[in-house]
Amino acid sequence: MAFGQKRSGGRGKGDKKGGDKAQGQRRTLFRRRKVCKFCADKIDDINYKDVKLIGPFVPERGKILPRRISGTCAMHQRKLQTAIKRARQIALVPYVTD
Amino acid sequence: MATATAARQYELVYIVPPETTEQQVTELHEQLDGIVSRMHGTIEKTENWGRKKLAYDIGHHKEGVYVLEVINGSGDVMKEVDRRLRVIDLVIRHMIVRIDEERKVVERTRSKRQSESERRRVKRGLPPQRQPGEGRGTDRDDLDDDRFEGMES
Repeated sequence: MAFGQKRSGGRGKGDKKGGDKAQGQRRTLFRRRKVCKFCADKIDDINYKDVKLIGPFVPERGKILPRRISGTCAMHQRKLQTAIKRARQIALVPYVTD
Repeated sequence: MATATAARQYELVYIVPPETTEQQVTELHEQLDGIVSRMHGTIEKTENWGRKKLAYDIGHHKEGVYVLEVINGSGDVMKEVDRRLRVIDLVIRHMIVRIDEERKVVERTRSKRQSESERRRVKRGLPPQRQPGEGRGTDRDDLDDDRFEGMES
């Protein structure tokens, strides 16, 4: 599956590593390419009981970290979402914190 | 596809107040066991996670003892269990989740990936299983490009 490999055209070049100079210059602001954590680590099962896994996706405020920030792929974000919502129900993860 | 109601698996998590005694917890477990077995289900596994801090207050509780039960049985069993747990005051929160379907999906993706990688490796003229000490070490840091982080591990 192609998840987490390449999204929007951007600066995807080369299978080797490192961006070329030309590429870097074209886009003045260098942004680190985001990779879906679950695809990269090959985590199939996003379980609501695993607070350690879910934790980083629930920041301070208690909201679910959006995909655009975390870089999670759509499929895993969906699974993560249900996991977080379940974890909230049994008070492993907060609904809101202030 | 509603074929049979039998082979379903559910997970039940419930929270009891931290001041509950061991005995009360086991009693509660037996009570549940009674309900489940009466309705032709089985409790496959019980796990006590012990005392945990709640992410938010439930009633006036700030902490709770978590208990997890894996139950095999039909939906009717769980309906009854759910109803009972609502009534029991000792349980401050409970949740039932069906797990058999999800587990199947997870297993499928896992085996699919396995066979896929084996196929690719064979195509490249390698033995299907990864040899120890092969490929890029995981300790190497590619801080400037994490695109393939963990992809080969």
